[in-house]
Amino acid sequence: MLDVFGRRDYAIISELVEPGTMVLDLGCGEGELLAWLRDHKKVDGRGVELTGASVQKAIARGVSVYQGDLETGLDDYPEQAFDYVILSQTLQQTRDPLRVLKGMLRIGKRGIVAFPNFGHWRVRVSHLLTGRSPRTELFPYDWYNSPNIHFLTVLDFEALAEKENWRVERRIFLAGNREVSVMPNLMSEVAVFLFSGS
Amino acid sequence: MAAVKLEFTPMITEAATSTFERLELDCGVTLSPVEVAYETYGTLNADRSNAILVLHAFSGDAHAAGEGGWWNSMIGPGKGFDTDRHFVICSNILGGCRGTTGPGSINPETGEPWAMSFPVVTVADMVRLQKMLVESMGIKKLLAVAGGSMGGMLALEWAVAYPDSVGAALPIATTARHSAQQIAFNEVGRQAIMADPDWNEGNYYGRKPPARGLSVARMVGHITYMSDASMRAKFGRRLRAPDQFEVESYLQYRGSTFVDRFDANSYLYITRAMDSFDLTQRGTLPSLFEKIRTRFLVISFTSDWLYPSYQSLEVVSALRSRNCDVAYCNLASDYGHDAFLVEVKEQAEIVRGFLASTHA
Repeated sequence: MLDVFGRRDYAIISELVEPGTMVLDLGCGEGELLAWLRDHKKVDGRGVELTGASVQKAIARGVSVYQGDLETGLDDYPEQAFDYVILSQTLQQTRDPLRVLKGMLRIGKRGIVAFPNFGHWRVRVSHLLTGRSPRTELFPYDWYNSPNIHFLTVLDFEALAEKENWRVERRIFLAGNREVSVMPNLMSEVAVFLFSGS
Repeated sequence: MAAVKLEFTPMITEAATSTFERLELDCGVTLSPVEVAYETYGTLNADRSNAILVLHAFSGDAHAAGEGGWWNSMIGPGKGFDTDRHFVICSNILGGCRGTTGPGSINPETGEPWAMSFPVVTVADMVRLQKMLVESMGIKKLLAVAGGSMGGMLALEWAVAYPDSVGAALPIATTARHSAQQIAFNEVGRQAIMADPDWNEGNYYGRKPPARGLSVARMVGHITYMSDASMRAKFGRRLRAPDQFEVESYLQYRGSTFVDRFDANSYLYITRAMDSFDLTQRGTLPSLFEKIRTRFLVISFTSDWLYPSYQSLEVVSALRSRNCDVAYCNLASDYGHDAFLVEVKEQAEIVRGFLASTHA
């Protein structure tokens, strides 16, 4: 499997993105993924990131990043402006996830979302045995300092996609560096969905 | 064209003046001839594709880099505008008083200084003259245009007026149009100058200039360039003398030295050009950016209350609505509007990286 800066979800995402396309990365951090896609797949990439220090590093890397809030910052973009809109490891931190997901499909032909699976067995065991908010490698925070404010599972996303009439074109489930094929809601740590509007 | 080789800096620096036969102005008047003072740094490459035009702010001049250069911290070998890779040009603006034709120049028809008979000039006129200068160097397309404050307005004007001649635009701490607050401060400066009896309706050349008025105008200007935080840090309530605050002494010093290098009538003409600049008069901002291929790097500063970040965001929002290639950063700084001149470390890194990924 491809390794992009040691982040497995990046590796998967970079396999999902067709070469020569236009990509928007929401919560793009320091722009590593966009720079990689530009250098290896000739992707025309843009990013949105709130943290100033990250934005500076991304722009210094030659990636065009807009410093702003992705929850309100999508409204400016025209409809279907991008081939892919990526949201990696950020969905669980947004205040209004559904608005963000709908916004992604408004401005992009396809969305790619990667998130930590709250249905993973370690999370369930942690909660069951300790009776406290689960703390795992995947969710290493205490309840009071966690940036994660919405917890979702693989099944939760599937259900939402069905309710909203989104077409899930690809689903990839990861545990460690392996792809998971059986019981993904229980076995996968990270889920990646490629989806489009109806 | 006289070229003077300057020896004090390791980069290749030239200071020169070009003369053009005529320049048609927005007001309908044709200026003839027109002189432009400029400096260049670095070397123009064989296919003339590495030129960057740096645009000075209201009171700046062509001396951008080298000792005493207003953006020396940004321009030079290995700096934000890297003269090892880029050919950097800076020219004094039309209406200025630092070598380019302005109200203090001699009107060839009368043999006297123009003074207030100098025609009204606009930001678009200034850019048109710069275009002539750049073309005279055999440069069809600039790799980038960059400037802060009024220089940022010129950068925006360049991108909108000559989109095919600008690879990238870097409008910094600027706006597409002045707000009431910005116009108000400029008007205080103008009134201070015109209230000085020595101004004499603009006819003071060869006599005592309106030093008190111009000095007060500059003092107001300096207050708007700083922030509450930077003034607290720099002056606080410290005393310079038993009956004089440090801040009073600083402003008076800034005002009095400004008089030595700036012409009061240029102050009137240039601030008027800034106030009348309004890109939206030509159409909504999104419509102006409709077919633009120019890349943008827009920078604002958190403590800049003279050119607040919402003004930069207005431009950025319009660019994004047309899916233009735009990077935007609101840099953290306590220096107020002055930040684009002094908060250089982060700005230089950003500019360097952005330019490295820009191709003419």
